[in-house]
Amino acid sequence: MPEMNTSSLPDLIFTILFFFMMVTTMREVTLKVKFVIPAGTELEKLEKKSVVSFIYVGPPTDNLRAQMGSSTRIQLNDRYAEAREVMDFVAAERQGMTNQAEQIISIKADQHTQMGYITDIKEVLRKSWALRINYSASRRN
Amino acid sequence: MAKKKKKMPGLNTSSTADISFMLLIFFLITTSMDTDMGLARRLPKPPEPDQEDATMDIKSRNILYVRLNASGELWIKDEMSSGYGNLQELRNRVKEFVKNEQNLSKLPEKHVKNIDLLGQCFVTDKHVISVQTDRGTPYNMYFQVQNELVAAYNELRNELAKQKFGREFQYLKNEEKDAIKKYYPQNISEAEPKKYGGD
Repeated sequence: MPEMNTSSLPDLIFTILFFFMMVTTMREVTLKVKFVIPAGTELEKLEKKSVVSFIYVGPPTDNLRAQMGSSTRIQLNDRYAEAREVMDFVAAERQGMTNQAEQIISIKADQHTQMGYITDIKEVLRKSWALRINYSASRRN
Repeated sequence: MAKKKKKMPGLNTSSTADISFMLLIFFLITTSMDTDMGLARRLPKPPEPDQEDATMDIKSRNILYVRLNASGELWIKDEMSSGYGNLQELRNRVKEFVKNEQNLSKLPEKHVKNIDLLGQCFVTDKHVISVQTDRGTPYNMYFQVQNELVAAYNELRNELAKQKFGREFQYLKNEEKDAIKKYYPQNISEAEPKKYGGD
């Protein structure tokens, strides 16, 4: 009985490995705002990554501060945006989803943000029927 | 010297598969480890254009007001008492308010409700917790308030789950969870933010 040729097995697995490495780094965006998210105790995990979109809120990062100032900004995808643009962002994100009713918007906002910015975003989210939201936070004991 | 062609032995590559498997597993684990966490909330549906102000019909004993001012101070008010408080007080007040164990006339009204698995229950499901913020309130303070509200509900639900089913809420079956949720529904309302000035 001839042995099975397993010489291509490492290549096969390397391919899977590279696939995972690519996919996991591709979803990152370059952050243009800096934020320290609040800490809470009653947190839930965001299980289904495919239905989650992120909205970042905070002051511009140190190297952008010279041009952009230090007041609070909203980041959608790779650029700064106004609160009203959230509606288009939500619609665009929803397009690519298979189960659109499960869409979750995760708000990653800096602790010191004034609530005015957050309420504006929430109002627009309500109008865009993106009702499931998640205040991103870290765990505290 | 007789030049004999030596046969070069092939490098044993049988372990390469194992090595790459280990790398693969390492990446799988590390990428799923940093799952994002957060406080899940549900926003109310957008208001209908011809919608009347529904908050008028709520009896004042059924409302617990939680107000946050621009300096992040917390003000709690219901029929029982009102005044400034801290986060730990808020959690206890909310639990007391939602539970209304002694059926006091100044806490939310109780009425009989038929819930699957639990039978006839005496619940306060008409209560409303109204959170109001100022545009200048720090986000962290708002988040901590939301966290405390959810914590209060979770504690109540856990107590009930232990009492009725002998297990913590998170270990219950889905039907059991639904029954508990019907007993202690989360009624947190965030009033329409006030608009200052024009658009």
